[in-house]
Amino acid sequence: MADQSPIKEVRLTPIRNGTVIDHIACGQALNVVKILGINENNIYSSISIGIHVSSNALGWKDIIKIEDVEIDQKKSEQIALVAPDATISIVRDFYVAEKYKVVLGDHVTGLARCTNPNCITNKGEPILPEFEVTSKYPVQLKCCYCEKLVNNISDNLL
Amino acid sequence: MDLYHKDVVSIMDFSKDDIEGILDMAEKMVPYAKGEKMKRTLDGKILGNLFFEPSTRTKLSFESAAYRLGCDVIDVSEMSMTSMAKGETLADTIKIVDAYCDATVLRHPFEGAAKLAAKFSDHPVINAGDGAGSHPTQTLLDLFTMRSAKGSLDGLNITLVGDLKYGRTVHSLAQALTKFGMNITLVAPESLRMPNDIIDHLEASGCHPKITESLDDAVSEADVLYVTRIQRERFPDPSEYQKVAGTYRVDKALLERAKSDMIVMHPLPRVNEIAPEVDDTPHAKYFEQAANGVPVRMALLNGLLGGEF
Repeated sequence: MADQSPIKEVRLTPIRNGTVIDHIACGQALNVVKILGINENNIYSSISIGIHVSSNALGWKDIIKIEDVEIDQKKSEQIALVAPDATISIVRDFYVAEKYKVVLGDHVTGLARCTNPNCITNKGEPILPEFEVTSKYPVQLKCCYCEKLVNNISDNLL
Repeated sequence: MDLYHKDVVSIMDFSKDDIEGILDMAEKMVPYAKGEKMKRTLDGKILGNLFFEPSTRTKLSFESAAYRLGCDVIDVSEMSMTSMAKGETLADTIKIVDAYCDATVLRHPFEGAAKLAAKFSDHPVINAGDGAGSHPTQTLLDLFTMRSAKGSLDGLNITLVGDLKYGRTVHSLAQALTKFGMNITLVAPESLRMPNDIIDHLEASGCHPKITESLDDAVSEADVLYVTRIQRERFPDPSEYQKVAGTYRVDKALLERAKSDMIVMHPLPRVNEIAPEVDDTPHAKYFEQAANGVPVRMALLNGLLGGEF
């Protein structure tokens, strides 16, 4: 006989230690996971990903909870490239120890590669790709060397 | 703008007043460029000319400009003759050349090369063409030619025709034209249209270019017809080149529909886009344009290297 008790549905459970990345622009969660470099070989705790979650501020958003990992500054800058409104909460023993909004500056260095194959930054020179942020909504990057716009940021993150 | 010790990477680094100032100085340089007067304001200076792509006019006019001002020139004309053939980076090559001279002129096949060179060089770097990117000194001599012929640059109707996709001269020129409120018409086959980022820049600057594939439609209103070669060497696929080669040809029949004082310009070399019969008409300004490379580059070199003039 089937269990008659109601289903206890829990979408994303609180985490004890780790990072919560909230207010990710809808549809960008998997790109954020890519930025975090998470794969089966380097993660030993749970990751919860909410896609198209109702949000008062954004209407709809994505959210990621990663247990036992605290992300660093470079990762949060990269996240800003695909999710400029994202907030990062560092959780320790169920409490939010740090919380900040990712910041996308006017200039980014070393976070993405130029999509122009003929750009000098793609030719083995001892320089990091540099971009001027020409628009934040949507994020648009212009290469400081060849002055071309980056076509697809999430596919060209370093 | 005080040019002393500045880099010349992109025409967009210069304001309208900066450009007018350089053109004014170039005007003063004309008799010196022709050898009618002599002034060795850069005596004892050395210019490094690095040309990693073929060039006739740009390379020789920089050399001529330097020598006219008493500046010596050291040069490299082939990548195969440098340590880059052994795998040396451009950054290292630039550091070495920078130690040997007071300014470096660089032509390179990759976009952004001049910007990189400026980063690794203590002395001024002048972009003489970086891939399909910029060619700011060509733009300056183009503007000098237009101003000399028309008296002023403001509000002219200019038609750019030919390879607007790969032609770096038209990329730099189109951006500069917005500073002078020129009315721009872009004539190119669909596959060679001006890149969207340049169009966006023009639009953002308040210039709304007319875009067409028909040269016949565009020629009658033009004050300046700026013709470019369809560049075989920049086509990844030779069959694509064959599809568009010879699309436009300026000849006397076409010029009958043009204003009597319209000028025809071309950065050269030409292949068959301007018929030789046009050379003897008052419209033809392209050889004068090439000659103007010397006084314009003299003005730049003199300013960058601090010559007293």
